[in-house]
Amino acid sequence: MYHYLDELEAQSIYIIREAYNRIDPLGMLWSIGKDSTAMLWLVKKAFYGRVPFPLIHLDTEMELPEVYAFRDWIKEEWDLPLELEFCPPEDEMDPTLPPASRAAARKTEGLRNLLKDRQFRGVFAGIRRDEQAMRAKERVFSPRSLDGEWNFKDQPPEFWDQYKTDFPEGCHVRIHPILHWTELDIWRYTKRENIPMVPLYLSKNGKRYRSLGEKNITFPVDSDAATIDDIIHELETTKTSERSGRAMDNETEDSFENLRAKGYM
Amino acid sequence: MVTNRLANQQLKVVIVGHVDHGKSTLIGRLLYDTDSLPDGKAEEIKRVSEKRGTDAVEWSFVLDAFQAERDQAVTIDTTQIWFSTQKRDYVIIDAPGHREFLKNMVSGAASADAAILVVDADEGIQEQTRRHAYLLSLLGLKQVTVVLNKMDLIKYDQDRFDSVAKDIKDYLKSIHLQAGQIIPISARQGDMIASRGEHMAWYQGHSLLEALDMFDNKTAPDSLPLRFPVQDVYRQDSKRILVGRVETGTVKQGDKILFSPTNETAIVKSVEVWPHDAEKTEASAGESIGITLDQKIFVERGHVGSHDVDLPLLSNIFQANIFWLSHKPLKVGDSLTVHYGTSEANVTVQSIDRVVDTQDLEQTAQAAAVERNAVAEVTLRARDLVPLDSYAKNPHTGRLVLYDGYDIVGGGNINMDRYPDQRINAPKAKNIYEVDSLTGYNERVMRNGHHGGIFWFTGLSGAGKSTLAMRVERELFHRGYNTYVLDGDNVRHGLCKDLGFSPKDRAENIRRIGHVAALQSDAGLVTITAFISPYQVDRDRAREAAPQHFHEIYVKADLETCESRDPKGLYKKARDGEIKDFTGIGSPYEPPENPELIVDTQHNDVDDCVAQIVSYIEKTIKVDIAKESKKQDKALHVS
Repeated sequence: MYHYLDELEAQSIYIIREAYNRIDPLGMLWSIGKDSTAMLWLVKKAFYGRVPFPLIHLDTEMELPEVYAFRDWIKEEWDLPLELEFCPPEDEMDPTLPPASRAAARKTEGLRNLLKDRQFRGVFAGIRRDEQAMRAKERVFSPRSLDGEWNFKDQPPEFWDQYKTDFPEGCHVRIHPILHWTELDIWRYTKRENIPMVPLYLSKNGKRYRSLGEKNITFPVDSDAATIDDIIHELETTKTSERSGRAMDNETEDSFENLRAKGYM
Repeated sequence: MVTNRLANQQLKVVIVGHVDHGKSTLIGRLLYDTDSLPDGKAEEIKRVSEKRGTDAVEWSFVLDAFQAERDQAVTIDTTQIWFSTQKRDYVIIDAPGHREFLKNMVSGAASADAAILVVDADEGIQEQTRRHAYLLSLLGLKQVTVVLNKMDLIKYDQDRFDSVAKDIKDYLKSIHLQAGQIIPISARQGDMIASRGEHMAWYQGHSLLEALDMFDNKTAPDSLPLRFPVQDVYRQDSKRILVGRVETGTVKQGDKILFSPTNETAIVKSVEVWPHDAEKTEASAGESIGITLDQKIFVERGHVGSHDVDLPLLSNIFQANIFWLSHKPLKVGDSLTVHYGTSEANVTVQSIDRVVDTQDLEQTAQAAAVERNAVAEVTLRARDLVPLDSYAKNPHTGRLVLYDGYDIVGGGNINMDRYPDQRINAPKAKNIYEVDSLTGYNERVMRNGHHGGIFWFTGLSGAGKSTLAMRVERELFHRGYNTYVLDGDNVRHGLCKDLGFSPKDRAENIRRIGHVAALQSDAGLVTITAFISPYQVDRDRAREAAPQHFHEIYVKADLETCESRDPKGLYKKARDGEIKDFTGIGSPYEPPENPELIVDTQHNDVDDCVAQIVSYIEKTIKVDIAKESKKQDKALHVS
């Protein structure tokens, strides 16, 4: 072990294999973005090229066209066990939510439906601690009640790579294999491993997407980073938050906290 | 941030200390001083501070912005923040200081490479200062720097600093934790953090950032003996891949690997990674890999691969220094599950050997219970032999996590000082009865055609122990086994002639019988003992004499039934007061907590009971050639 990326990778593979051994049935949420695609790569590393559980895209049908093109291409290229879970329409969401949170809540509902239909005991999610202050508090194996709610004020202890993998009937666990990675780590790793990605991350006409979400609530940021090396360099010097282009985070002081407590990824 | 620096070093530092001693302020200041705050954040904080009329900038507002705990102004759960110095990247782990959230402090601190213990220079050492320091030592954190914060509040007084520094040094020394440095700081004013400030010319030591950069990067434990706990077994094309993480040491293609507890060995045929890499022939500590073997031996999750020297110990009893996190106090007799590496084992708490008060380090021996957030030394017993490393020998594998049902309730370090290795067949393993003997146990087994064993019958007087012992002995003898019964008649008249029936003499009686039984079983005899042996602790001691051979058999019938049988008229005498301390009447009988077999003589007739015991004994003493081939079969069906 001579590079810290090796250590991050080994830890993620360990977590993925641990979940696969301990929890059944298992599924993986794949948003098609850089993080969950890096996670997918780690899954292939863990299982020698295979993806031994269903890969689920919570589809709002509002992704950018480049995202759909990439999804359909890589599904064929990697022969992925991809399944689509279409999210309920926005007018079925809680009307008291601010608009962007309401759009984001569609995914929470889609996930809830998925869990109900498929009875998953565990789902992988590619969130990272450095993305957002609420996510920084997460556990690697994070138990949820039946309706997906997260009791962040009383989380189980978790240490020495021993996880909570048994829980009462009706609960499920979110597994976060790349929780300990940063945005910069993901890009350094994507470059090193030559992992494919949606081209929207690269700058075109002075703009690029730093984080991908629904087209109605996600915006590109000013950037000239046209290669991964440029992105890495940009991130080593920037002090702007990664999710600054995600409207739902910033509507009210606690909007993201509320989304997560209700089951958002 | 410097961009020409190699991005290959990352150090995790946990910040611990008593609530309100300034951990959050320190983190805010570190981020500001290293230019790691998001755009506009510093200006915003300065503005807010001015508006609130504080004379200095309130750096803890930075963390408030990071946290969901703003309303309560107290850190609930551990969080992580990234920043960099010229030397390397840091992950700062903020651990809550409030007593209520010790489980979260542990969750944060357990993964750290180094720690900063924050102490308020004005208040001095407080409850959580001591408890956190003690836990750092239990968690194995060796690199600790102490900062005495809020020096501005005590007017940068050197005498006060010296006095608190001495207190903390003394405490850390008493718990065998060495403070690298003790640094006077003011997180609020920015003294001695990145810059030295103007107020403490008297201090000659390093600033905090210098001290951080002096922490050693963790080194992978390559030089320790190989431990490869098997995490899972995958079928891939025609290969059978054992996957897992190399915890310590190095494994190479061609190495002979011995798996514990089975003692099966095989040669490493390949090291497997994806994408396939033919050049990859070895893996060292920390790597998540797979290996294939040259033979189809039975290996499953929880088995531990090592080289055939420096093996883990095998034992069904061990001590652990633990911290307890559950609201439910830990008591003697409790059943728990321990997890370590990929192994897990059901254990019962045999004794609580001492409880340590982290405040005054006072020790309570033989305590009745371990309360929440306390630390203690306990003895745990498992049903089977499990592979174990002492924490002192291998800090990476010598620690375990305790589960009660679904929940994690504690953790701690394994201590094998009091218990010998129970491995029998391994090369170079010691067996205490083999010392200086030219004839080994295995040779005796081969000649006898069966293993030795101790079948320890326990139960009330009149439950049927002697009757069953004699009948079982006869049946086994008839079937060609070498067997012998120890009971009151052949022991009390000779070996234990000098002993009476006081509790002390009874204990000594059982101790002697335990050792004679151990010798007999080592000699290859199927040894049956028939004694009331009313106390669990005495039976456990008998077990310890030869745990690999010992089987506790509970001959069960209730007092009423036994008294109605009363074959020797002893119950009547006890009721009449002629015999004092008769078990069941004047003195207690402790039913076995975890017997290997229960024989109910109250509801079954003697023939059925005999058959039940004989079948159990035959199963355990058989030298089973079929079993070897069955293991092979099972190996083939692992996917």
